[in-house]
Amino acid sequence: MLSFILRRILIAIPTVILISIFVFALQKLLPGDPVLAMAGEERDPATIEFLREKYRLNDPIPVQYFTWVGNALTGDLGISLRTNQPVTELMAEKLPVTLQLATMAMIFALVIGIPAGILSAVKKGTVTDYVANVVALSGLSIPNFWLGIMLILLVSVKWQLLPASGYVPFDEDPVRSIQVMIMPAFVLGTALAATLMRHTRSAMLTVLTSDYVRTARAKGLSERRVILKHAFRNALTPIVTLSALLFGELIAGAVLTEQIFTVPGFGKLVVDAVFNRDYAVVQGIVLVTAVGFIVMNLLADVAYVLLNPRLRS
Amino acid sequence: MTLSRLTLAAALLGATALGAQAQDLRIALQSDADVLDPDQSRTFVGRIVYASLCDKLVDITPDLEIIPQLATEWEWSEDGTSVTFTLREDVTFHDGTPFNAEAVARNIERSQTLEESRRKSELSSVTGTEVLGEYEIRFDLASADATLLAQLADRSGMMMSPDAFDEAGADFGLDPVCSGPFEFDERIAQDRIVLTKFDDYWNAEEINFDSVTFLPIPDTTVRLANLQSGDIDILERLAATDLGQAESDGGINVESAVSLGYQGLTFNVDNGERGDNPWGNDARLRRALSLAVGRDIINQVVFEGAFAPGNQPFPPNSPWYDDDHPIPERDVEAARALLEEAGYADGITLEVQVPNTTVPLQLMQVVQSMASEAGINIEITSKEFATLLQDQSAGDFTASQIGWSGRVDPDGNIHQFMTTEGGINDSGYSNEEVDRLLDAARTTNDQAERQEFYNQARDILNEDAPIVYLYHQTWIWALDDDIQGFVPYPDGMIRLEGVTLEES
Repeated sequence: MLSFILRRILIAIPTVILISIFVFALQKLLPGDPVLAMAGEERDPATIEFLREKYRLNDPIPVQYFTWVGNALTGDLGISLRTNQPVTELMAEKLPVTLQLATMAMIFALVIGIPAGILSAVKKGTVTDYVANVVALSGLSIPNFWLGIMLILLVSVKWQLLPASGYVPFDEDPVRSIQVMIMPAFVLGTALAATLMRHTRSAMLTVLTSDYVRTARAKGLSERRVILKHAFRNALTPIVTLSALLFGELIAGAVLTEQIFTVPGFGKLVVDAVFNRDYAVVQGIVLVTAVGFIVMNLLADVAYVLLNPRLRS
Repeated sequence: MTLSRLTLAAALLGATALGAQAQDLRIALQSDADVLDPDQSRTFVGRIVYASLCDKLVDITPDLEIIPQLATEWEWSEDGTSVTFTLREDVTFHDGTPFNAEAVARNIERSQTLEESRRKSELSSVTGTEVLGEYEIRFDLASADATLLAQLADRSGMMMSPDAFDEAGADFGLDPVCSGPFEFDERIAQDRIVLTKFDDYWNAEEINFDSVTFLPIPDTTVRLANLQSGDIDILERLAATDLGQAESDGGINVESAVSLGYQGLTFNVDNGERGDNPWGNDARLRRALSLAVGRDIINQVVFEGAFAPGNQPFPPNSPWYDDDHPIPERDVEAARALLEEAGYADGITLEVQVPNTTVPLQLMQVVQSMASEAGINIEITSKEFATLLQDQSAGDFTASQIGWSGRVDPDGNIHQFMTTEGGINDSGYSNEEVDRLLDAARTTNDQAERQEFYNQARDILNEDAPIVYLYHQTWIWALDDDIQGFVPYPDGMIRLEGVTLEES
């Protein structure tokens, strides 16, 4: 088990290096001068030149890259061109926000997706199955931004049930923190719930027709026990892998959702940084996200092995 | 403890907290401010935050007259090359440092010498300061500068605690210390900036809030939704298209003021090789386009009639507007005649670069359809803003849809764009007479004389049309109807003196 994990970590290292080069190069290919974008209306040439020097934008690109990597290895990801805040500080501020959003969205996805998938598999071909499928398909096809705006208009403006947008830190006011996050998490979670539901359904269908399920039934076990204990447990393996992969998708989806609901998280940070050509921020976020994604996959593989003893040899 | 008792306890706690709740004003901004250092900052929303955080030497009235703030009076020397300010004596900075002439001198020095400072050009006429007494200071100028007071009514005149900026250096913006009605409390990037009331403020009785929170909410629909759901109290820059919805909501008041800025089409007249094209070389084509568009139509179609049509760098309601050149009526025939005269009787194509956001694109589509009737075929190239700005600055464009947020002094809207050495002359326009007139307008404090210089420059610029002005944005604020005493200013700032919130 340990050697398996070590091997996976070793494979991850070149991936991270490649990603860092890729991100850095891609940024440099973007048109738009960061200092000019930052200067906005006040474009005093002397100040612009000074800032180019200060942020080492006049150095050759490979030199810029190695300076950045060197600093990154010591935990220094530079400072935001726009607000002068250290990038690590910005990320530390934003990470809990996006993690809270992603976790709540995942809970929505799991709570809606898995039971719906099981139900739809068990009641295959019935009205329940069709309804569940139609709902799932809608969940997949309704665009996030539309659902978001509609929810804001209905839930916040019309019924005044939940705050329209923003963010409250969990340690400041847990109740309000969750209230503010319900709509964005729901919007982000629905698309995933649909995917999860479809996969749970097909995994369950495969398992339900297998021999051991028939045996379990023949033993006279209750249907509930057969489905949850025997069938679902085995259908769970692919779902766990999928959930880990979906977590990456959640982070990506958060970019849009955070924009709609003005949630000050990772996604909003990176989008604004791209538009402002705030290089250090973009690079830092992509690097950290990539590492995070690799770790998630690693954890998924480990969980996969734990759930499926056949892979443990 | 059982769950219900816990809930009860929580509810009671909540009720007590509510009873003692300090009054907080929540203002939604269209975007997040940049660094909160008046010497380094550059965003419009940043200035809105400063209006509550940092007092200036002087301020403006809604009619753009300069009035005292930290300076109680000022006197120009006979030749206009120095000005002596008398300062308020009852002011301290948020960190307790006293405000006096010495502090002003150090602030001006910082604005001029800090390497990251963006205020250098605004204060370029100031050669030095002389502290004459505890509360008296003289600014010495290289030559008379009519624009100076207006600069001191903005970021160049904002006074920061000298002790604080000496200690923090270029990082001052992470924890700004000024002398305004509110002091800095906390900032969470892209989420909020919180200021709390400064009890020792010299004008504290006019301030009716214990704290003010600025929330950046970029989406205009979401901004309005927040106001409707009661999550905020004031929002700035309501979209003209949302006016109907806001006005029909009984709980919302709408206030507006025509801005000091403008929007239009900047042509590449002589900025690099690409300036050498029919549109850059022949002013008749540019004038033809100006005649082909109906500015009222633009205002009605794109802005629901809420903005102000325009044809000059100053809006028609400005004292600096030149009445000899009123907004031209749309005249397709005259436009066609000009094209024919220039040798393009069969029509001509014009490529215009446009920011890839809704309003500029809609605007250009309307312009495009009107221009096509005169035989001008507009090709719209939409670009993300940072790219557009770079291409424009580098001269890699034929025409660009861009504007200017506007300055209190007329000089700020025209000099740097239209003079040969102007810092933002992306058009590459150059005319000796215009240079002379605009320079001259800078150095006289006689308003009538200045007006005459601007009018004469206008006569030339109207013919040459390196920028075709189209409209002036109107600042629109939407406020909870419990807010009283809000005064709209053409600079778009939110001044909280005298503003109250009566919970109904």
